[in-house]
Amino acid sequence: MSNYDPVEVTPLHADEMARMQADALDAIKAARDLDELKQVRLVHAGDRSPIALANREIGALPPAARAEAGKRIGGARKAVAEALAERQAQLEAERDERVLVEETVDVTLPWDRVARGARHPLTTLQERIADAFVGMGYEVAEGPELEGEWFNFDALNISPDHPARSEHDTFFVESVESGKVLRTQTSPVQIRALLSRSLPVYVISPGKVFRTDELDATHTPVFHQVEGLAVDEGLTMAHLKGTLDRFAEVMFGEGITTRFRPNYFPFTEPSAEMDLKCFVCRGASAVPGNPPCRTCKSEGWIEWGGCGMVNPRVLIACGVDPGRYSGFAFGMGIERTLMFRHNAEDMRDMVEGDVRFTLPFGMEV
Amino acid sequence: MKVPLSWLREYVDLPVATAQEIADRLTAAGLKLEAITSYGHDVKNVVVGEVLAIEELQGFKKPIRHCQVEVGEAAPREIVCGATNFVVGDRVPVVLPGGVLPGGFEVGARKTYGRMSEGMICSERELGLSDEHNGIMVLPEGTPIGADVVELLGLRDDVIEMEITPDIGYALSVRGVAREAATAFKVAFLDPADVSPPAESAPSYPASIADPTACDRFVLREIQGFDQSAQSPLWMRTRLSRAGMRPVSLAVDVTNYVMLELGQPLHAFDAAKLQGEIVVRRAEPGERLETLDHVVRELDPEDILITDASGAISMAGTMGGLNTEISDASTDIVIEAAHFSASGVARMSRRHNLVSEASKRFERGVDRELPLYASWRAAQLLAELGGGVIQPGVTHAAIEIEPARVSISSDYPGRVAGVVYDRDTVVRCLEQVGCTVESGSVAPADEIAAKLAVTGDDMLTVTPPSWRPDLTDPNDLAEEVIRLEGYEKLPSILPGAPAGAGLTESQRLRRRVGRALAGSGYVEILAYPFVGERDFDNMQLPADDARRLAVRLANPLSEDEPLMRTTLLPGLLKTLVRNVGRGFGDAALFETGLVYRPSADAPATAPVLSVERRPQEDELALIESALPAQPLRVGVVLAGEFERSGWWGAGRAGGWADAVEAARTVAREAGVVLDVRADRHEPWHPGRCAALYAGDVLVGHAGELHPRVVEAYGLPPRTSAMELELTRLERLAPGTAQAPAMLSAYPVATQDVALVVDGETPVGAVEAALREGAGDLLESIRLFDVYAGAQIGEGRKSLAYSLRFRAPNRTLTVEETTAARDAAVALAGERTGAQLRGV
Repeated sequence: MSNYDPVEVTPLHADEMARMQADALDAIKAARDLDELKQVRLVHAGDRSPIALANREIGALPPAARAEAGKRIGGARKAVAEALAERQAQLEAERDERVLVEETVDVTLPWDRVARGARHPLTTLQERIADAFVGMGYEVAEGPELEGEWFNFDALNISPDHPARSEHDTFFVESVESGKVLRTQTSPVQIRALLSRSLPVYVISPGKVFRTDELDATHTPVFHQVEGLAVDEGLTMAHLKGTLDRFAEVMFGEGITTRFRPNYFPFTEPSAEMDLKCFVCRGASAVPGNPPCRTCKSEGWIEWGGCGMVNPRVLIACGVDPGRYSGFAFGMGIERTLMFRHNAEDMRDMVEGDVRFTLPFGMEV
Repeated sequence: MKVPLSWLREYVDLPVATAQEIADRLTAAGLKLEAITSYGHDVKNVVVGEVLAIEELQGFKKPIRHCQVEVGEAAPREIVCGATNFVVGDRVPVVLPGGVLPGGFEVGARKTYGRMSEGMICSERELGLSDEHNGIMVLPEGTPIGADVVELLGLRDDVIEMEITPDIGYALSVRGVAREAATAFKVAFLDPADVSPPAESAPSYPASIADPTACDRFVLREIQGFDQSAQSPLWMRTRLSRAGMRPVSLAVDVTNYVMLELGQPLHAFDAAKLQGEIVVRRAEPGERLETLDHVVRELDPEDILITDASGAISMAGTMGGLNTEISDASTDIVIEAAHFSASGVARMSRRHNLVSEASKRFERGVDRELPLYASWRAAQLLAELGGGVIQPGVTHAAIEIEPARVSISSDYPGRVAGVVYDRDTVVRCLEQVGCTVESGSVAPADEIAAKLAVTGDDMLTVTPPSWRPDLTDPNDLAEEVIRLEGYEKLPSILPGAPAGAGLTESQRLRRRVGRALAGSGYVEILAYPFVGERDFDNMQLPADDARRLAVRLANPLSEDEPLMRTTLLPGLLKTLVRNVGRGFGDAALFETGLVYRPSADAPATAPVLSVERRPQEDELALIESALPAQPLRVGVVLAGEFERSGWWGAGRAGGWADAVEAARTVAREAGVVLDVRADRHEPWHPGRCAALYAGDVLVGHAGELHPRVVEAYGLPPRTSAMELELTRLERLAPGTAQAPAMLSAYPVATQDVALVVDGETPVGAVEAALREGAGDLLESIRLFDVYAGAQIGEGRKSLAYSLRFRAPNRTLTVEETTAARDAAVALAGERTGAQLRGV
């Protein structure tokens, strides 16, 4: 301890320490912004601040006085540091507050810099239908749009002279004798599925079909259908009904009421038409005196699609033994479904490609 | 089929029920209600009056009568009337003041032509009975005065219109509908065909069947002394017009009435114009016939004809000939009732584009036992209403046909339905339909029947009735049982399908592509796939362009667009024009769809194969080879601003780069990185056209359209487009994506280079060389500036790249990254002549 300095140093006097601390605290309090506080920190808490300098003098004190002086200085430094931190936090908060206010924008400004796109509801409706059946274990089958006449008619038990054949308003390719047509229905996919897949077969097939109708509010020469086919051992009409009931629920919500009524299709026997009880008026509009219903045209029921048990003759044309296998098939119009599921009133809107029609449907329907 | 309920009730003992209730039952039986039309329900206060006195009023532009009419009240009524076809003493329908005529037309007492008129004397049209309005209706003598005309004339009726499916031709008659109604209501049915013609042994007018495949029954009866001036009675005319047929003359009306009632088409010949024996045969080459519609028809050797010594006199079951038509002078009439081949009539009707009430019924199947009865019913009506005398004898040429019989097990309908019907129920339903049911089974008639045959412990042999030629298969019988027991009683059971594999990769890709393009701002369209030569011209396609080889439709909707598209662009461009025209100049559209690409050497026809067995693979291949390739494509078009101007500043016009980027967007969804190369390909701008390659395979084109194409379609300037073949792209997809081996956590080292190249040098080539030269340490490369200007010399451009390097296992040294960069620059220099800028 050769540097022992017996001289008592002034800054270590208690009153002097208190003054230095008070000066520091006053200065901290007076700092108006973070820059000023930074200066204050330098002056009152920096290496050359009075308190720091006083601290250096402790070594010069007699051993007996060191402890007390050290305690005094420590106390002062702590008080200053705390005051600095508190003021720092306070000033930062004030600054943040101010900056955030200054940065305020008008969040109601529009932002349509990048235009939105959309998928066509007929496409997304076909996907939704396909998904409903994929969920039941079906696979999605496909076939060509320009189809062999044999697939479109003959194999479906629509012989050349059958009245149903002339009702189809077929587009013939090249000539009426070419054996080639634009498919009038998605049903030829049934034939392709039975010829190419191993049994049992459960497929759903949405797609484009063609009939020689002029475009108007309720007709279009190019439209879409969805075809379903199940061929397995032991399938019955009750299974067909169960499947379509489920389908109707998926598309229109729980509690939808369906009905089967006899109809005729060459490729199914027995055949039925499936009607839905109007999910808007619940059938009430059909009662005279009640308000009319746009969705079902006040008929109470909406004709949704045809169905039936696959005609065993169709199975034979595909090499399936009708003694062992039976099946059911059904078909619905996609445009029609869009019309009553989404209140699309005019077929022309669906085909013209006006972006105003399609945009509201977004990515899914 | 329109059926007045009054007519229906003659043959079925229907309970008291509204038209709607009856129609609902028929709908449930398969005769779907189309519409109900009510007649006369609103009519009231129309009575029979006798004209007591007529005063002709003078001084008006038309004749006006002031009449005294006795209507059974305390005093006669005075009524003003504009008709002149009645005399004093006539009985006429009178609507009294306060009365209502059809359509809610109320009649009151009023002053007209200077006189009081207390009501109105009515015409048939005013009563809603017919279109007859030439004068008022004069009722038969002795019609009771004061009687209610509504009751007297049967004004009140409901007509049910039903949609009749092609299998049940028998329901195109009151007889068929009545039978269904009787079954539905479980009430008695009176067969209108039950007319008991006398047993005849002698033939009437001579006739024979020359072609048994054309006709298996041919019946003639003759009526002589028919009074052609006789009018059809009101009840008949009313029923005909309410059933949708226009009354013409008594002879025609009777044949139509019997056809509607029984379902048997009839034809009436003027006996005086027939020459020699009538023969049913096929047409001879070159034969012609002028039909009732005054069209001279070239006959086909397949056509079925009724002929006499003079040649063809009628197209069987389709339309009669003009030469033997009944006229005002006809007094002797030969009635024909026959059973013609359904397919023969169907073909003839289609061939001549001639659909008649008769052909409609024949091609759907007419009861082959009807001709004897229907012809007798017609003869009776003609004799009764037209004063003719039925000549004894009937000509009856027939080919005997064994009735079809089908065997099913008694539980088969239940097996089809998924419910249990007991034996008695099955037998009862089949008998209600008109079948004869016996125990036991019969051998299948042919190979198909053998394949269709069902087996079981308790076999039934069913003989369908003659009016149900559609019942040929076990499932046809099953349907009858299920239908009569009620479709509404079927349980609803969801079958357990085996687990499926979900969507295929290709199906998933299509959905992703749609979402990605829509997410990029494109709106999907579904254009018609019809195009014309004009589209190929507008697209500036060269004469030998493969896209001009298109499938042609035999019967296009528009002669301007007889072809099937070979590219998606025409539909997209026309739809773009439509949107621009509607005020949407900033438009971006896409379509995903098939194009049809025939091959020049494909067979012209696709064979129509047998349906009695599964076709052989080579037979199916023949069909496939005749069909055009139908690949799936995706296309986009865009015009105007792709990024909008707004308060944030200027927008960005869409252009070739957006079109190319759309292709990259599509390819990205397939996991394919496109190789973009400059190309010249119509309809694109020759300097702004990119060929899109996946590896070495060309998958499409993109860029700005040729200005001439823009002009030809009337598109906005700089319209850009892309078309890409998804079918081709998806085959090149790399399959399951692989995770990167390891993501290095060592620091990245970035080196920027500016390279000067010739202005013509494609950027793609420079980048490829840099990438290859930089080696494995290169993590990514990005072009961040392209500069052309005086500083670097005329015809040259400077490309500024940022290269990022990273090693998997260490921090790279400056020396390493510099070496890699130099190697990259060197290879780019070697390949493309690129020089470091400023060196």
